[in-house]
Formats: sequence, structure tokens, C-alpha cells
Amino acid sequence: MSDRGRASYDALFARLRSKGEGAFVPFVVLGDPDPETSLDLVRALVRGGADALELGLPFSDPVADGPVIQAASTRALAGGVAIADCWEIVTAVRTDFPDTPIGMLVYANLLFRRGIADFYVKASHAGADSVLVADAPVLESAQLAEAARETGIAPVLIAPPNADEATLTSVASSSEGYVYVVTRPGVTGTDERLRDTSHLLIAQLQRLGSAPPLLGFGISKPAHVRAALEMGAAGAISGSAVVSHIASSAGRKGQMVEAVGQFVREMKEATKPS
Amino acid sequence: MKLPRYFGRFGGSFVPEILVPALEEFEAAFLDARVDPEFTAELESLLATYAGRPTPLYRCRNLTADTGSSIWLKREDLLHGGAHKTNQALGQGLLARRIGKHRLIAETGAGQHGVATALTAAVLGMECKVYMGTKDIERQEMNVFRMRLMGAEVVPVNQGGCTLKDAINEALRDWAASYETTHYLLGTVAGPHPFPFIVREFQRVIGREARQQFRDANDNRLPDAVIASVGGGSNAIGIFSDFLDDENVRLIGVEPGGEGLETPRHGATLLKGTPGVLHGAFSSILQDEDGQVLESHSLSAGLDYPGVGPEHAYLKETGRAEYVSCTDGEALQAFSTLAKAEGILPALESAHALSEALRLVRASSKPLHLVVNLSGRGDKDLGTVNLHLPRTGGAS
Repeated sequence: MSDRGRASYDALFARLRSKGEGAFVPFVVLGDPDPETSLDLVRALVRGGADALELGLPFSDPVADGPVIQAASTRALAGGVAIADCWEIVTAVRTDFPDTPIGMLVYANLLFRRGIADFYVKASHAGADSVLVADAPVLESAQLAEAARETGIAPVLIAPPNADEATLTSVASSSEGYVYVVTRPGVTGTDERLRDTSHLLIAQLQRLGSAPPLLGFGISKPAHVRAALEMGAAGAISGSAVVSHIASSAGRKGQMVEAVGQFVREMKEATKPS
Repeated sequence: MKLPRYFGRFGGSFVPEILVPALEEFEAAFLDARVDPEFTAELESLLATYAGRPTPLYRCRNLTADTGSSIWLKREDLLHGGAHKTNQALGQGLLARRIGKHRLIAETGAGQHGVATALTAAVLGMECKVYMGTKDIERQEMNVFRMRLMGAEVVPVNQGGCTLKDAINEALRDWAASYETTHYLLGTVAGPHPFPFIVREFQRVIGREARQQFRDANDNRLPDAVIASVGGGSNAIGIFSDFLDDENVRLIGVEPGGEGLETPRHGATLLKGTPGVLHGAFSSILQDEDGQVLESHSLSAGLDYPGVGPEHAYLKETGRAEYVSCTDGEALQAFSTLAKAEGILPALESAHALSEALRLVRASSKPLHLVVNLSGRGDKDLGTVNLHLPRTGGAS
């Protein structure tokens, strides 16, 4: 057992603290729209200033995702992307950027298909630091977390706005590297206005001694990033907003890469002290 | 959760964390209601005076003439709404009302569960939204009309294969945002715990009645086998459950063989699937090497689902139940046979079970006494049958 994954996040948050910055963490679905472009997009995310990455494996039935990220999975799978192709992208990203924490966002069936242990070994070899299983709540997470830790991968859990004290206590003690704090009910998507109620949840997690909370769901504007930090989050995760740039530049690769890079620069800027 | 979430190694609650409190609330409501005489009385009254329970067990007069065998049909097709789905829709609807929800959402494939949810919402005074794949909307137009007449909003789902699997995805997404006011009235024994458990308990009435009716008519003897079709698996679990302890009664589930198990166009989840997680449960699913869920195929919209309830995966693994398949063509043939012999139009789903019963009778050297769950009526399938029957040669 090692804590390589957690250590990678710890180092990131220490760096950011010393600069007085929050973390900006963009998300894309690997293989969207094709493996080669996907690798270039991920590189553009880091070069645009991403502090860490959330990388989704495409899945046929992404029930936690709204239409934008569903469409990204569909594009990747329609293009014939296999999970092995995705691990190759992760491996390449890891080689290019040794210090950027890489989080994987996956669905449970992708783990069960070839065996849980096998999945985490592959993730670890590719260079991933954390794995969040979107449809494995605390209730079902024990065996997954154990297998993750065996390979040095940090298991990440979700803290939703409706969680009771017992669930939050489990999330705080089990989620390593960071805690994914969900701003609102529903599935992933872009919101016009960010709900301002997450500060209570964040305060509760901090009282329980959790890993740093990153706020996700609905984060699509620099103002949302600032609001997340004001509510006490260590940073913000943005998925649908990034992916919508990929969708709107379909067929124009250069423009696509430029658009996501520019979006990340703007969002990252909002994490810096004014 | 208070109840066991697993059947052996199958089951569980694989849902986004946001839905766990809603599942817990639903389980608690069920446990509380089940010991409340008022709840039981209201459900039983609705089942008797509104839905038409008990349904008859009919011994076919002509189907097995001269063979010495008998086929007994559990007539869930006569239930209000046209299928067994009404049993548990009423049960869940009462539970939802008990915990203060005023809106029901549901998925539907053939439309029978959508109709059952729509009529439940109407009779209990609740709002209703039904998610349905566009392919199913096309092939089950009359049920869409029925739902709308009863005040339900039918939402077309145009993703994936545009069938039941995709409708469930959309219903789960709706519920993740609406759980405070809304109950997701899942239509089968699949999905996350506690659905497989609770839906079974509300469908158990099918087997309880059938077992008693068969014994009453046969000097307390039991049938040789109980046969039911399996899509998600609720009509089969419903008729199997009270026979589980009767070791000499074979329990046979019939999966949709579609165009044949040797082709990719079938829905035989237990026979051809592998263990995996779909829609909240670890069960048997149709999937590729990577774990991407495959499209299923069946002429019968209600069986066209690449997953199956976890208890069936368990019953198959333990060997207590047997699972076989029946092709689209064989189901059409059985449909036609029953219509001519007995004047009953079975749902294409139920025709799968009947086809296996007829096969067993033909293959047996001794008389067999079989109970078939005639889970629904065939009116909804007339368009499909009209389109396909002549080509299979069954209408001659």
C-alpha cells in the first residue's frame, strides 16, 4: 500500500495555499471526440492553467450526467474508443505533466467488467492519482476504496447537499485527496446562477476533518469559481462548460483546443487573489 | 438501509450518492406500511374493487387436448390496466403518498408499466410523468394514447437505442433532481435496492393466488412447473415467490431470444449476459468487453432490456430457477395458437412463456401440469403481430 495518489493532491494544495490560490479542475471525457484530439485537449487544459484534471471514461449509460456530458460519451463511443485507448491517453498526459494530479471519473460497471483489482492496477500504471465512481455511494464503496488504496490510488467520494451526518462522516473519513462537493440536486450541467448553500456542507466537512473540498456541478463561469472559494471550497471542478466548447467546435480541431485552453485560463484566473 | 441489499452476490444500490436518502426513505416507508393494517386494507381494497383481484386461474380447454397434460393460465391479462404491472404500481403509489410525494415518474417499455403508473396517479390524485423511448412510442402508440388520456405526460427519450434502458436512465436523472417531491415508481424487480425487494413483495400476490387456486382445483397437488417470461423479471418473480419452497415445482423463466441466441439480436440477459452493474444493481447484463452496455432486441417491447432483476441472477446461480429462451417467431406462433385455441390474445411477453409450456408438453412422454403466467393482454401488440405474423407463417 502507498499513498501516492493522496500525496499528489496534498502537494498540490500545499503549493496553492502558499500562493493564496484555489484549485481549478477541468473535466473532459477521454476519447471525445477521438483519441488524438482528446490528448491534445487534455494538454491544452494543463497548459491553460488547470491545477488538476478530472478525466471521464466514456460509458454507455452515464446516469449521473446531464445532456452535455452524455453527448461526449456518445461521441467517444461512436468513434470506437476503447477503455484501453483511454489509459493510453492518461499515460501520455502523465508523462508530459508529472506533477499534475489526475483524477478519474468513472461508472461502476467499467470497474466490475474486468475485476475491481485489475481496474485499479491499470489506473495506477497509467498514472492516475484518484478514482471517483459516480454510481458507487458510500454504502457500496468499501470494497472499491480498499482496492484503490492497494494500488496507491486515492478513492474520492461525493458529498451531496442532502447527505445526513452519518453519510458525511463516512465521506469525510473515506475520501482521500479531495472531497467532491456537489452544489445541488440533479445531474451534471451548466447553471446560470450557482447556489450559495454549499458553505454549510463545506464547514461541516471541515469540522469532520475531511480532505480539501472541491465544488462541482453547475460551475461554468469565473464568478462561480470565486463564489466556490468564498464558500470555503479549496477549488472548483467544471465539466459540462468545458465539454460544451468541444461540442460547439465540432470538426475544427485547432479552434476546439484553443477554446478549451482559453476557457481554462479565464477560470483559473478567478482562483487567484485579487 | 434495514433490509439486506443483496441476493447472494447480486443486487446493491449503485446510484449517485444524491439518491441514497430517497432510497432509504422509500425502504423505511415500506417497512412501516407493511405492519400498518390501514395501509394493507387500502391496498387490498384497491386491488379487489378497482383492479379486479383475484384474477382467475384458467385451465385451457383446447390447447392440450388429447395429450393428458394441462396448461393453466394465471390471468393477469384481466387485471385493470391490462397487465400485472398494476399490482405493484398501486402499492408503490400508496407508499409514495404516505411519504408526502405528490408526483410520480416512471419508465416504460411496452407502455404497460406507464399505463399502470398513469392510472395509479389518476386514482390517487397525483401528477405523473412517464419516460419512454421513441422506438417504443412508435411500436406502442395505443398505450401512449392511454397514458395521455389518464392525465400523464409522456416524455420521448431519444438516446441510445431509444428503448427501455434509455428511459430508465432519464427517469433516474429526473429523480436525482426531484426526489423531494417525487417518487420514482420503477416498474420491475431491477434497479437499486430496495426496488427489487419491494416490487417482488407487491407482485407476490400472483403466485400466492395461483398456488392456492391450483391446489383447490387439483386435490391439493402442485403443478409440475411454473413458467413466466423474463424481461426485467417482475411477473416471473411475482409468480415464482410463493413456489420457491416447493422443491418439486420447476420454476422456468423464459427470456426473449429475439432473432436467435446465435445472433446479437436478442435480450437473453441471463443466458448470454455477464455480471455487471446497470441501473443501480449488480446483476447479469448484456455488455461488451469494456463494460459498455449493449442494445437488446425483442419484438416484444416489454422484454427488450439488456438487464434483469438481481434476484433472477441469484435464482439462476443457485439453480432454483431455470432459464430458457424463445425467439420472436416462436412467440408469435404461440400468440396465434392461443388466440385460435382459447380465444385469448396474450401479450407478446406472455406468449414467450406460453411457447415454452407448449414445447414442454410436446417433448414430454408423461402428462405435465403447468402454470403459465399470462402476465398481460395482447391488444397492445396487435400492430406488431399484424406486421410480422404472416411472414413467420403462423397466421395460416
